[in-house]
Amino acid sequence: MIKRFLALLLLFGIGAIFITLLLGYTPDTELNLTARYYADHTAQDLGAANIITAIIVTYRGLDTLGEVTVLFLTAAIVGLVLAHNRQHSGAGQRELPPSGELLTTGSRLLVPLILLLGVYIFINGHLTPGGGFQGGAVIASAILLILLTEPTKRFSHRLIAALESISGLFFVVIGVFGIFLAGGFLDNRILPTGTVGALFSAGAIPIIYSFVGLKVGAEFSSMLANLSETEEP
Amino acid sequence: MALTISNIAMTAGFLLILIGLYGALTNRNILRMIVCFTVASTGVHVVLVAVGYLPGRTAPIMDAAVPVQEAAARIIDPVPQALVLTAIVIGVGITALMLAYAYKLYETKHTLDIGKYMELKW
Amino acid sequence: MSTLMLAMSLLFACAMIGAALVAIRGKSLPIAILAAGLVSLLASILFLILAAPDVAMTEAAIGSGLTVFLFFFVLGRVRGGEHD
Repeated sequence: MIKRFLALLLLFGIGAIFITLLLGYTPDTELNLTARYYADHTAQDLGAANIITAIIVTYRGLDTLGEVTVLFLTAAIVGLVLAHNRQHSGAGQRELPPSGELLTTGSRLLVPLILLLGVYIFINGHLTPGGGFQGGAVIASAILLILLTEPTKRFSHRLIAALESISGLFFVVIGVFGIFLAGGFLDNRILPTGTVGALFSAGAIPIIYSFVGLKVGAEFSSMLANLSETEEP
Repeated sequence: MALTISNIAMTAGFLLILIGLYGALTNRNILRMIVCFTVASTGVHVVLVAVGYLPGRTAPIMDAAVPVQEAAARIIDPVPQALVLTAIVIGVGITALMLAYAYKLYETKHTLDIGKYMELKW
Repeated sequence: MSTLMLAMSLLFACAMIGAALVAIRGKSLPIAILAAGLVSLLASILFLILAAPDVAMTEAAIGSGLTVFLFFFVLGRVRGGEHD
């Protein structure tokens, strides 16, 4: 009882802070300086139509590199924590009921389409909403559909790991090219920026974001596969 | 306080944070605590996006409706959106990590009640 | 147009808070997990109203798609321990 009272007390404190923040908040009418810089310079300097993509891939590209590294670490730790379950999963496996006709046929039809949609989302990341992270999540959902259709199927962890590390390597290599051919690490102007709105524009942004998408998709897939493969002891 | 879209969204986000924290503090089941954490993190995302919203403007993507020259007068703040995009992706990684540890804990004692784990209690 | 947007955001915000209450106090754990997914889905619609399509896509794909399945994969493995 005293615990619940303490929790409520803490929440009232935090709530008071939130109410003060909320009452003191006045929305800006103009963009602040950082946002104005991005709005004015993205199209001319980088040639990308989607400013958020430009911020994530180029202006704050180093943060994205750190982010995919964190995701890689997470996927690796999930695999490590759940690793020793996998060794004796072959023997004591439960008999699973076969998945229905509808799910099997539906997944056979839908998986290529979902993969195509994921690739479309991250190739067009510099023009339309979307990009590597969203496309990667869509690709992982195709893997999820396969896992649901055949729960006993084992994915080749070596293939996922190879895809993940190769795309990470290319991400860094393209970034290093930026140091020598353009302004700095992860600069996208190693390729011509083209006209704003064309598919082949914005320099290296589509290429970098495609590798980010593949990497994120591989990491999410390995997380899903690891968590679904742990068998009851 | 005027009734605007960003105010509504911000209030809802703050309430989600409070609800999620309350649930995480009072529930005894580890999986339920993780569910509450995801609710609270969704609240944080809603608040951050609402801070970047400016009334009467549109998304920071340039096309026929938002010409490059007028971009600064037409778009909303893109920086909070980029931040939240990062936060969502990291958030799912953290959730997966918490779930893996929760499963590991379940393996040792075959219970998910947090009160049964007393090794570090003093 | 603006009034419609305002009414929609109010509706989705209320639905989101209701779903969050179900998520922390719901009877069974599967219902709580689904309610948390619903909170993410409604939040992604709210992001769309707040002119953030990128964030809306990410939240819809990751928050209400992958996270729910991560929870269910673990829930399937801990049968018997899910009761308080």
